[in-house]
Amino acid sequence: MKLLDISKLLNARVLTGSNLLDYEVTSACGSDLMSDVMAYVTENVVMLTGLINLQVIRTAEMMDIKAVIFVRGKQPLENMVELAREKNIVIMATSLTMFPACGILYEAGLKGGLGTGR
Amino acid sequence: MSTVRLSYPIPSNDFIAAGEASSNVKKILSQIGIPAEKIKKAAIAMYEAEINAVIHAGGGVADVEITAGRVVINIADNGPGIPDLELAMTEGWSTAPDNIREMGFGAGMGLPNMKKYADRLQIKTQVGVGTTVTITVNFA
Repeated sequence: MKLLDISKLLNARVLTGSNLLDYEVTSACGSDLMSDVMAYVTENVVMLTGLINLQVIRTAEMMDIKAVIFVRGKQPLENMVELAREKNIVIMATSLTMFPACGILYEAGLKGGLGTGR
Repeated sequence: MSTVRLSYPIPSNDFIAAGEASSNVKKILSQIGIPAEKIKKAAIAMYEAEINAVIHAGGGVADVEITAGRVVINIADNGPGIPDLELAMTEGWSTAPDNIREMGFGAGMGLPNMKKYADRLQIKTQVGVGTTVTITVNFA
Protein backbone atom coordinates (compact mmCIF):
# COMPACT_ATOMS: atom_id res chain seq x y z
CA MET A 1 0.00 0.00 0.00
CA LYS A 2 1.33 3.42 -0.90
CA LEU A 3 1.73 6.08 1.78
CA LEU A 4 -0.54 8.25 -0.35
CA ASP A 5 -3.35 5.68 0.00
CA ILE A 6 -2.81 5.64 3.77
CA SER A 7 -3.10 9.42 3.99
CA LYS A 8 -6.39 9.25 2.08
CA LEU A 9 -7.82 6.35 4.11
CA LEU A 10 -7.07 8.13 7.39
CA ASN A 11 -7.98 11.57 6.10
CA ALA A 12 -4.54 12.56 7.36
CA ARG A 13 -2.64 15.76 6.78
CA VAL A 14 0.87 15.23 5.48
CA LEU A 15 3.19 17.50 7.48
CA THR A 16 6.43 16.56 5.80
CA GLY A 17 7.59 14.17 3.10
CA SER A 18 4.81 14.84 0.59
CA ASN A 19 7.34 13.94 -2.14
CA LEU A 20 7.77 10.45 -0.63
CA LEU A 21 4.14 9.29 -0.74
CA ASP A 22 4.77 6.78 -3.53
CA TYR A 23 6.66 4.60 -1.06
CA GLU A 24 5.08 1.15 -0.59
CA VAL A 25 4.62 -0.28 2.89
CA THR A 26 3.44 -3.75 3.80
CA SER A 27 2.73 -3.52 7.52
CA ALA A 28 1.95 -1.18 10.38
CA CYS A 29 2.36 -0.98 14.11
CA GLY A 30 0.44 1.10 16.62
CA SER A 31 2.22 1.85 19.89
CA ASP A 32 3.04 4.59 22.36
CA LEU A 33 5.96 2.55 23.70
CA MET A 34 9.07 3.10 21.60
CA SER A 35 10.99 0.19 23.15
CA ASP A 36 8.20 -2.15 22.11
CA VAL A 37 8.40 -0.76 18.59
CA MET A 38 12.13 -1.45 18.59
CA ALA A 39 11.61 -5.00 19.82
CA TYR A 40 9.36 -6.19 17.04
CA VAL A 41 8.97 -3.99 14.01
CA THR A 42 9.71 -5.58 10.65
CA GLU A 43 10.47 -4.05 7.24
CA ASN A 44 8.47 -1.50 5.24
CA VAL A 45 6.45 -0.33 8.18
CA VAL A 46 4.41 2.69 9.14
CA MET A 47 4.10 3.53 12.82
CA LEU A 48 0.95 4.96 14.37
CA THR A 49 1.39 6.69 17.70
CA GLY A 50 -0.12 9.30 19.99
CA LEU A 51 3.21 10.01 21.64
CA ILE A 52 4.71 13.45 21.08
CA ASN A 53 8.43 13.86 21.62
CA LEU A 54 11.57 13.91 19.53
CA GLN A 55 12.45 10.31 20.41
CA VAL A 56 9.50 9.09 18.33
CA ILE A 57 11.32 10.36 15.23
CA ARG A 58 14.66 9.03 16.51
CA THR A 59 13.06 5.61 16.97
CA ALA A 60 11.65 5.73 13.43
CA GLU A 61 15.11 6.70 12.17
CA MET A 62 16.85 3.79 13.93
CA MET A 63 14.21 1.33 12.70
CA ASP A 64 14.15 2.62 9.11
CA ILE A 65 10.43 3.29 9.55
CA LYS A 66 9.24 5.22 6.51
CA ALA A 67 6.29 7.09 7.97
CA VAL A 68 4.93 8.12 11.35
CA ILE A 69 1.21 8.81 11.70
CA PHE A 70 0.11 10.79 14.73
CA VAL A 71 -3.37 9.83 15.90
CA ARG A 72 -5.97 11.42 18.22
CA GLY A 73 -5.42 14.84 16.62
CA LYS A 74 -1.94 15.12 18.13
CA GLN A 75 0.33 17.63 16.45
CA PRO A 76 4.06 16.91 16.35
CA LEU A 77 6.45 19.58 17.59
CA GLU A 78 8.41 21.68 15.13
CA ASN A 79 11.72 19.97 16.04
CA MET A 80 10.10 16.59 15.28
CA VAL A 81 8.99 17.73 11.85
CA GLU A 82 12.44 19.18 11.16
CA LEU A 83 14.22 15.96 12.14
CA ALA A 84 11.81 13.87 10.08
CA ARG A 85 12.41 16.10 7.07
CA GLU A 86 16.16 15.72 7.50
CA LYS A 87 15.86 11.92 7.74
CA ASN A 88 13.33 11.52 4.89
CA ILE A 89 10.59 10.25 7.18
CA VAL A 90 7.01 11.08 6.25
CA ILE A 91 4.86 12.59 9.00
CA MET A 92 1.07 12.57 8.91
CA ALA A 93 -1.55 13.57 11.44
CA THR A 94 -5.11 12.29 11.69
CA SER A 95 -7.93 13.14 14.07
CA LEU A 96 -8.85 9.43 14.28
CA THR A 97 -8.03 7.62 17.52
CA MET A 98 -5.61 4.69 17.51
CA PHE A 99 -8.10 1.82 17.27
CA PRO A 100 -10.14 3.00 14.27
CA ALA A 101 -7.01 4.26 12.50
CA CYS A 102 -5.39 0.83 12.83
CA GLY A 103 -8.68 -0.88 11.95
CA ILE A 104 -9.09 1.07 8.72
CA LEU A 105 -5.58 0.21 7.60
CA TYR A 106 -5.95 -3.45 8.58
CA GLU A 107 -9.22 -3.73 6.70
CA ALA A 108 -7.58 -2.15 3.68
CA GLY A 109 -4.98 -4.92 3.66
CA LEU A 110 -2.12 -3.66 5.81
CA LYS A 111 -1.05 -6.26 8.33
CA GLY A 112 0.62 -6.17 11.72
CA GLY A 113 4.17 -4.97 12.14
CA LEU A 114 4.62 -6.20 15.69
CA GLY A 115 5.75 -9.70 16.56
CA THR A 116 4.90 -12.35 14.02
CA GLY A 117 1.71 -10.37 13.21
CA ARG A 118 -0.36 -11.66 10.36
CA MET B 1 39.67 -0.37 5.63
CA SER B 2 41.43 1.51 8.40
CA THR B 3 39.89 1.51 11.84
CA VAL B 4 37.43 4.34 12.52
CA ARG B 5 37.25 5.52 16.12
CA LEU B 6 34.48 7.82 17.33
CA SER B 7 33.69 9.24 20.74
CA TYR B 8 30.57 11.07 21.92
CA PRO B 9 29.55 12.53 25.25
CA ILE B 10 26.05 11.45 26.29
CA PRO B 11 24.52 14.44 28.00
CA SER B 12 22.72 14.06 31.31
CA ASN B 13 18.92 14.15 31.38
CA ASP B 14 18.72 15.70 27.93
CA PHE B 15 15.91 13.97 26.17
CA ILE B 16 16.26 16.17 23.10
CA ALA B 17 19.89 15.31 22.44
CA ALA B 18 19.46 11.63 23.32
CA GLY B 19 20.03 9.53 20.23
CA GLU B 20 22.30 11.96 18.41
CA ALA B 21 25.35 9.72 18.87
CA SER B 22 23.48 6.67 17.56
CA SER B 23 22.15 8.70 14.66
CA ASN B 24 25.67 9.82 13.77
CA VAL B 25 27.06 6.27 13.95
CA LYS B 26 24.19 5.03 11.77
CA LYS B 27 25.04 7.67 9.18
CA ILE B 28 28.75 6.81 9.19
CA LEU B 29 28.09 3.05 8.87
CA SER B 30 25.85 3.82 5.93
CA GLN B 31 28.52 5.99 4.28
CA ILE B 32 31.06 3.16 4.68
CA GLY B 33 28.64 0.86 2.87
CA ILE B 34 27.72 -1.59 5.63
CA PRO B 35 24.58 -3.67 4.82
CA ALA B 36 21.36 -2.00 6.01
CA GLU B 37 20.26 -4.86 8.28
CA LYS B 38 23.60 -4.77 10.13
CA ILE B 39 23.36 -1.00 10.52
CA LYS B 40 19.88 -1.35 11.97
CA LYS B 41 21.06 -3.89 14.55
CA ALA B 42 23.92 -1.64 15.65
CA ALA B 43 21.79 1.52 15.63
CA ILE B 44 18.96 0.08 17.73
CA ALA B 45 21.27 -1.55 20.28
CA MET B 46 23.34 1.62 20.63
CA TYR B 47 20.26 3.83 20.83
CA GLU B 48 18.77 1.76 23.64
CA ALA B 49 22.09 1.92 25.52
CA GLU B 50 22.30 5.66 24.96
CA ILE B 51 18.74 6.19 26.20
CA ASN B 52 19.50 4.03 29.26
CA ALA B 53 22.54 6.16 30.10
CA VAL B 54 20.38 9.29 29.89
CA ILE B 55 17.49 7.84 31.90
CA HIS B 56 19.33 5.98 34.62
CA ALA B 57 22.86 7.25 34.88
CA GLY B 58 23.06 10.99 34.27
CA GLY B 59 24.69 10.51 30.88
CA GLY B 60 28.05 8.98 30.02
CA VAL B 61 30.40 8.42 27.12
CA ALA B 62 29.99 6.42 23.92
CA ASP B 63 33.14 5.10 22.24
CA VAL B 64 32.75 3.39 18.89
CA GLU B 65 35.30 1.39 16.91
CA ILE B 66 34.51 0.39 13.34
CA THR B 67 36.76 -2.11 11.56
CA ALA B 68 36.29 -4.06 8.33
CA GLY B 69 34.53 -6.91 10.11
CA ARG B 70 32.51 -5.35 12.90
CA VAL B 71 31.50 -2.38 15.01
CA VAL B 72 32.16 -2.34 18.74
CA ILE B 73 30.14 0.19 20.74
CA ASN B 74 31.14 0.91 24.30
CA ILE B 75 28.79 2.97 26.47
CA ALA B 76 30.09 3.82 29.92
CA ASP B 77 28.40 5.72 32.72
CA ASN B 78 29.08 6.63 36.32
CA GLY B 79 25.50 5.97 37.37
CA PRO B 80 24.06 3.87 40.20
CA GLY B 81 24.91 0.48 38.65
CA ILE B 82 22.52 -2.46 38.25
CA PRO B 83 22.02 -4.43 41.51
CA ASP B 84 20.48 -7.51 39.86
CA LEU B 85 21.55 -7.86 36.25
CA GLU B 86 19.58 -11.05 35.63
CA LEU B 87 16.40 -9.33 36.75
CA ALA B 88 17.22 -6.26 34.65
CA MET B 89 17.50 -8.49 31.57
CA THR B 90 13.89 -9.65 32.03
CA GLU B 91 11.55 -8.30 29.36
CA GLY B 92 9.13 -5.81 30.86
CA TRP B 93 11.05 -5.28 34.11
CA SER B 94 11.86 -1.60 34.60
CA THR B 95 12.91 0.89 37.25
CA ALA B 96 12.31 3.91 35.03
CA PRO B 97 10.36 6.73 36.70
CA ASP B 98 6.92 7.82 35.47
CA ASN B 99 8.23 10.86 33.60
CA ILE B 100 10.37 8.54 31.45
CA ARG B 101 7.47 6.17 30.80
CA GLU B 102 5.45 9.14 29.64
CA MET B 103 8.14 9.70 27.03
CA GLY B 104 7.55 6.21 25.60
CA PHE B 105 10.51 4.51 27.26
CA GLY B 106 10.96 2.54 30.43
CA ALA B 107 8.95 -0.40 29.08
CA GLY B 108 11.60 -2.78 30.37
CA MET B 109 12.80 -3.63 26.86
CA GLY B 110 16.07 -1.69 26.72
CA LEU B 111 18.52 -4.39 27.83
CA PRO B 112 16.53 -7.23 26.18
CA ASN B 113 16.55 -5.26 22.92
CA MET B 114 20.32 -4.73 23.18
CA LYS B 115 20.76 -8.48 23.67
CA LYS B 116 18.44 -9.20 20.77
CA TYR B 117 20.22 -6.99 18.24
CA ALA B 118 23.85 -7.26 19.38
CA ASP B 119 25.87 -10.23 18.17
CA ARG B 120 27.69 -9.97 21.48
CA LEU B 121 26.64 -8.00 24.56
CA GLN B 122 28.89 -7.54 27.57
CA ILE B 123 27.72 -5.68 30.65
CA LYS B 124 30.00 -4.70 33.49
CA THR B 125 28.20 -3.09 36.37
CA GLN B 126 28.92 -2.24 39.97
CA VAL B 127 26.48 -0.64 42.37
CA GLY B 128 27.51 2.91 43.20
CA VAL B 129 30.24 2.93 40.54
CA GLY B 130 28.56 2.65 37.15
CA THR B 131 27.80 0.47 34.18
CA THR B 132 29.64 -0.24 30.94
CA VAL B 133 27.78 -1.85 28.08
CA THR B 134 29.74 -3.22 25.12
CA ILE B 135 27.78 -4.04 21.98
CA THR B 136 29.40 -5.88 19.08
CA VAL B 137 27.75 -6.25 15.70
CA ASN B 138 29.55 -8.32 13.06
CA PHE B 139 29.20 -7.25 9.45
CA ALA B 140 29.56 -10.70 7.92
